[in-house]
Amino acid sequence: MMNPQLIPTLNRHFRLQWEPVQDAYVLLYPEGMVKLNHSAAEILRACDGERTIAEISTELQQRYPEVEDIDNDIDEFFEGATRNGWTRCECRD
Amino acid sequence: MSAATSPAPPLWLLAELTYRCPLQCPYCSNPVDFAHIKEELSTEQWLQVLQQGRAMGAAQLGFSGGEPLVRQDLEILVAEGRQLGYYTNLITSGMGLSRERIASLKQAGLDHIQLSFQDSDADINNYLAGSRKAFANKLEMAAAVKEFDYPMVVNFVLHRMNIDHIESILDLCVELGADYVELANTQYYGWAFHNRQQLLPTREQLQHAEAVTNAYRERLQERMKIYFVVPDYFEERPKPCMNGWGSIFLTIAPDGRALPCHSARVLPLDFPNVKTVPLQEIWYDSPGFNHFRGDEWMQEPCRSCPEKKKDFGGCRCQAYMLTGDASQADPVCSKSPHHHRVADVVAAAQETDPEVQPLLFRNPDNSRRLAVCGEDESPQDCGHR
Repeated sequence: MMNPQLIPTLNRHFRLQWEPVQDAYVLLYPEGMVKLNHSAAEILRACDGERTIAEISTELQQRYPEVEDIDNDIDEFFEGATRNGWTRCECRD
Repeated sequence: MSAATSPAPPLWLLAELTYRCPLQCPYCSNPVDFAHIKEELSTEQWLQVLQQGRAMGAAQLGFSGGEPLVRQDLEILVAEGRQLGYYTNLITSGMGLSRERIASLKQAGLDHIQLSFQDSDADINNYLAGSRKAFANKLEMAAAVKEFDYPMVVNFVLHRMNIDHIESILDLCVELGADYVELANTQYYGWAFHNRQQLLPTREQLQHAEAVTNAYRERLQERMKIYFVVPDYFEERPKPCMNGWGSIFLTIAPDGRALPCHSARVLPLDFPNVKTVPLQEIWYDSPGFNHFRGDEWMQEPCRSCPEKKKDFGGCRCQAYMLTGDASQADPVCSKSPHHHRVADVVAAAQETDPEVQPLLFRNPDNSRRLAVCGEDESPQDCGHR
């Protein structure tokens, strides 16, 4: 379980970008590309280096009230994203 | 190929800017007859290629060669690529790089630099590269790449002569601060094909290298990602080459020939040139690109193989180089009737002394000599002349 007070930021060497031809957001990095599903893209777009995981969860829950257990989904996403080096989580100063 | 399965757009555009290179690596993937291909696209022609590729959906852009830094317009091409929205990768030996050039490429928007080494041992590195200055230059450039905050991929091509240095290779990568390491076992195309005997490792060497790599992965975790590209000669099933013919990758050779992969030039197929045919038409409609799409072209054992959608029958170039027929199963596959052509070479590598024959270095003289191979002579019979 990730500490919900951590602030996730996108790896500074990665780029999140909308690709019209693929009709999706993609994550670009050295010699690689991941096509993101809708929820992964929404979470990563919310990583502005200001908001905590808890704040991102609250915001996305407001936008998608029909999604159950969004905290858990987001927690799992950041665990995977951190492991894959997509994001880095830091404490607020 | 049926109309129902229209190809997906190319996602990866590889711009081989030039075949010129100050180094002479004996495993170079460039065509052995590169000395005869002197023509290069102009800046304006490259800019059009980049624009057309991006409009089609390509998002990754690699600049390679030869040594791409030989092109003095590299910065212009990088700037255009970045501005179009590509993720821009420079694949370089580091020769011709300088702090000034690293800075100007950064300003142009270059996203990433992949720097290749020949070995962690300076003497062997320089021997393989054919340059006494190479190793020191690479160390200096690696430091500069980090200083300018690029993500750095360090690439080592592994073979019989350096694979036992795997620990010092990985230590060097840690020391340089590599973000990613590519341990690319030699693939036997281009020049490497002519040096198979000298370059193929033994099975024991390979197993040792893999075990050491796994121990470093365990220890370093996310700090340094290590990719280990397995040499397919030691496999029982072929690799899904290029993720399928004409499915993701589009290579443009220095003279403008469009290819489904950088070695497809060896195939007896007609590939169009971007100087005369729009990229869109090349990718979707040209006979060359459609030739091995889908599975209509397959013979047995591929045609009825349950794994054909997984590996696409392997590599067309390898099938051609080893059997003379590009629509054969890749002989790496143990189901291939020609599998012995791979197995015999691997078995011979267990026994032979690699010093028996000298390495054939990649340089214009040797290129002109090798091009003596007749059109109807299969490349495997051509050998050293």
